[in-house]
Amino acid sequence: MSTTPTAPAPKTNRIGLQVLDYRGGKTTLCAGCGHNAISERIIDAMYEMGVRPERVAKFSGIGCSSKSPAYFMNRSHSFNSVHGRMPSVATGAMLANKDLIALGVTGDGDTVSIGAGQFIHLMRRNLPIIYILEDNGVYGLTKGQFSATADLGSTLKTGVVNDLPPIDTCALAIQLGATLVGRSFSGDKRQLHSMLKAAIAHKGTVMLDVVSPCVTFNDHEGSTKSYKYMQAHEEPLHEVSFVPAFEEINVDYDPGTTLEVTMHDGSSLRLRKLEEDYDPTDKIEAVHRLMESHVKGEVLTGVFYINAKAPSFIDMLNVTDQPLATLPESVVRPGREVLEKCMEELR
Amino acid sequence: MATTDVVPQESSGQLGQQRVVNDMSIQVATVNGSGSQSSNTVLLRSIFQMGVPISGKNLFPSNIAGLPTWYTIRANKDSYIARKKEIDLLVAMNAETAQDDVKSLAPGASVLYDEPLALDKLRDDLIFYSVPYDKLVAPVCPEAKLRKLIKNMIYVGVVAQLFEIEMGEVENAIRKQFAKKAKAANLNLAAAKAGYDYAAANLKKRDPFYIQRMDKTKGKIIIDGNSAAAMGCMFAGCTVVTWYPITPSSSLVETMIDYMKEYRIGPDGKATFAIVQAEDELAAIGMVIGAGWAGARSMTATAGPGISLMAEFTGLAYYVEVPAVIWDIQRVGPSTGLPTRTSQGDVISTAFLSHGDTKHILLFPNSMIECFTMAQDAFDLAEQFQTPVFVMSDLDLGMNNWMSDPFPYPDKPIKRGKVLSKEDLEKLGSFARYKDVDGDGVGYRTLPGTDHPAAAWFARGSGHNEKAQYSERPDDFERNMERINKKFETARSFVPRPELTGSGKQKVGILAYGTSHWAIVESLDQLSKEHNLKADYLRVRAYPFTREVHDFIEQHEHVYIVEQNRDAQMAALLKLDIKPELTPRLRSICHIHGLPIDARSVTDELMMMEGK
Repeated sequence: MSTTPTAPAPKTNRIGLQVLDYRGGKTTLCAGCGHNAISERIIDAMYEMGVRPERVAKFSGIGCSSKSPAYFMNRSHSFNSVHGRMPSVATGAMLANKDLIALGVTGDGDTVSIGAGQFIHLMRRNLPIIYILEDNGVYGLTKGQFSATADLGSTLKTGVVNDLPPIDTCALAIQLGATLVGRSFSGDKRQLHSMLKAAIAHKGTVMLDVVSPCVTFNDHEGSTKSYKYMQAHEEPLHEVSFVPAFEEINVDYDPGTTLEVTMHDGSSLRLRKLEEDYDPTDKIEAVHRLMESHVKGEVLTGVFYINAKAPSFIDMLNVTDQPLATLPESVVRPGREVLEKCMEELR
Repeated sequence: MATTDVVPQESSGQLGQQRVVNDMSIQVATVNGSGSQSSNTVLLRSIFQMGVPISGKNLFPSNIAGLPTWYTIRANKDSYIARKKEIDLLVAMNAETAQDDVKSLAPGASVLYDEPLALDKLRDDLIFYSVPYDKLVAPVCPEAKLRKLIKNMIYVGVVAQLFEIEMGEVENAIRKQFAKKAKAANLNLAAAKAGYDYAAANLKKRDPFYIQRMDKTKGKIIIDGNSAAAMGCMFAGCTVVTWYPITPSSSLVETMIDYMKEYRIGPDGKATFAIVQAEDELAAIGMVIGAGWAGARSMTATAGPGISLMAEFTGLAYYVEVPAVIWDIQRVGPSTGLPTRTSQGDVISTAFLSHGDTKHILLFPNSMIECFTMAQDAFDLAEQFQTPVFVMSDLDLGMNNWMSDPFPYPDKPIKRGKVLSKEDLEKLGSFARYKDVDGDGVGYRTLPGTDHPAAAWFARGSGHNEKAQYSERPDDFERNMERINKKFETARSFVPRPELTGSGKQKVGILAYGTSHWAIVESLDQLSKEHNLKADYLRVRAYPFTREVHDFIEQHEHVYIVEQNRDAQMAALLKLDIKPELTPRLRSICHIHGLPIDARSVTDELMMMEGK
């Protein structure tokens, strides 16, 4: 070859950004930690969906998972708050600027124990947020105590047996009012990827419980949150695929075997039925099926519940189109005549 | 239960004395939930409308209905509006407390009581007036179930007749009170008239008190501090309010909801604000901080227990450097303490709220006007210094009715502090969030959503370098801590300055803050008239202390620090701040019985400590 090959133009997404533009700092979590895989999936999903990183606000509480927002999307603002109380910080930020895309990253300790109260109220408000619960059944950063999602009878590395039942965060979220609820596994790349893309398209609270093994403290025999246990017990409800609104290509599917849910932005969430007649828009069925999975000893994954039409918390507040944060003085300070009227009423 | 601690002594209302005009206090003892609040407000307004300065103080239980409550109205021609220690007329409507209430009066005081209570048998050194309320209420109120509520308006008429309060003003006050309910207004007016007529026909005036028309309330308003604060926050450009109900702060936000719905809806019919009732105080402050971080002027209102719950988040906001405004309507103790009584007991705990090294800007409003103006001061300071700012009101200020001059329209533009826009970043190329560019300790921030690749920064506690990158390096940490401290030092020159009364050249100085002000103003006159003691008075309006506070202590031999808490909390803060050799000058007068402080107590205690 006589000509010098020109470097191929770097691959970009629909807003002209490279995947590099979605990357973050180098992870300091343990090698093999499930959380790192989830960070990678977030990067891919945000890149593929063409989300402007500057519009994203990352929120986290305290714990290993809550450290992870430093390891993806450096071009997004991020708030590493206090233990268990990220939901309130995210809520406040969304009140100030409804145009933000809120991404919350939390863990089972952060959400299900100390943060249970705020989690519950976040779910019932249906705030627009993607809430990712990186669930490993154990407190990693304090070196290996049980969390409230640890299964009954599972053991710590030290042999201590958990004798309390786990809290099912997905069942809870469905009952409380979250409008897109699912469970996945950090090792299930395809499913998690599709679910995250659907999460980005959704307007309302998305609660994704992602089983994310802790290689250091909870990946042993006797753990029900280990890679090995998940590979043996994961039971997908359906095959999840997602077609964003901006994609022209229409993949054919068979309505007899695939359920299509149209999201508010026109995207399409497709669930290829593995279980016949599972209806993810039916709350009661969703909770019933989750309870059943506990009895059967399955780790059920997939999209359990979706309601693409419910008004979000921001809709209900009927706030003005421009974000409250940047309203000018002329809009937020009433005129002299208003003060005079108020005074007159008090005379 | 007695609500006064008066030692029986010479009263101003002895039999056969001369007329006492426009100088009296009336205490109305009722059962809460009986509609007495309307009657009390009407009585207060009637006197106010006659041009006589007034104050009204509600002493109520932590209960909805059925427990005793007392309302004290003071009318004073010299504009003394602090609580008066002595009661001149007791309106005894509550059988349960009537005996104790009567026993606690000073000789010569008057009692207006419900006839069946037969209180006149209890003492022979008081003036008694009896009124058969049940007999009077039946003809004016055919509906039996309303009688309990209407009955209270009868005493308004009786008092009006006894004190020569004009019935025309009583009617005006009733029409204002029931502005949207004509039927209720008419019923109440009939009740007041029945009381007036009964008194005219049956009661022989024996007390010396009269109300006469003056011109000292012209143009003035009557409002409570929580409403004044709500209005102030609205005009200060507040956009996000998140809160959790707690007495005595709830009415601040509830009033704000009303104001904002009326005056802060844009032409598109949409709100230029968001008000959210949170699940608890932990969430309320978390939302305030999230909103402040994202650029809103955000606030919450709470009381002591809420402040405690907000401690952890306040520390985070202090270190992330997020603006937040927190109104603390101080009250006594825990929820099962005396949650409906006033106090200045949160000064130290709030000044240093949280963990690690934290200290916060506090503002101390003393009046309705300052509840209004300090709202903007608080938001401006919070955004200027990127830190939580606490406004230390109290129950007395927040929930009682106060006479006030009308509020001034804000004369300075809203200050949003150091925020870099997309355009700024295009010029600068990059920025370091926590770099002290201007030498005042305050860095520049960007808001999430700023559309520039260099805008983002990572908000976390104190473990970061100037660029907001994670760091546990000792030098980074130390530099950061010192810079945050510098902000606090800079704030000394920006917080509201103290207010000096007097020449500043006396030997004795009094230092007070917040609602204690009104007792001090009166006490200064008592000291001068009764003891020929001239004292200077400095009203502290903010923490950190400004230079004037240090100078005042340096310039006076004795400085009496008057406050409404047990542990002399302001004195303790001062001792940390002033030169050690000056601390022996400080003397504390602490008032802790849950009722608003009165002048007489201050005067007596100060004279005792002066050794005179």
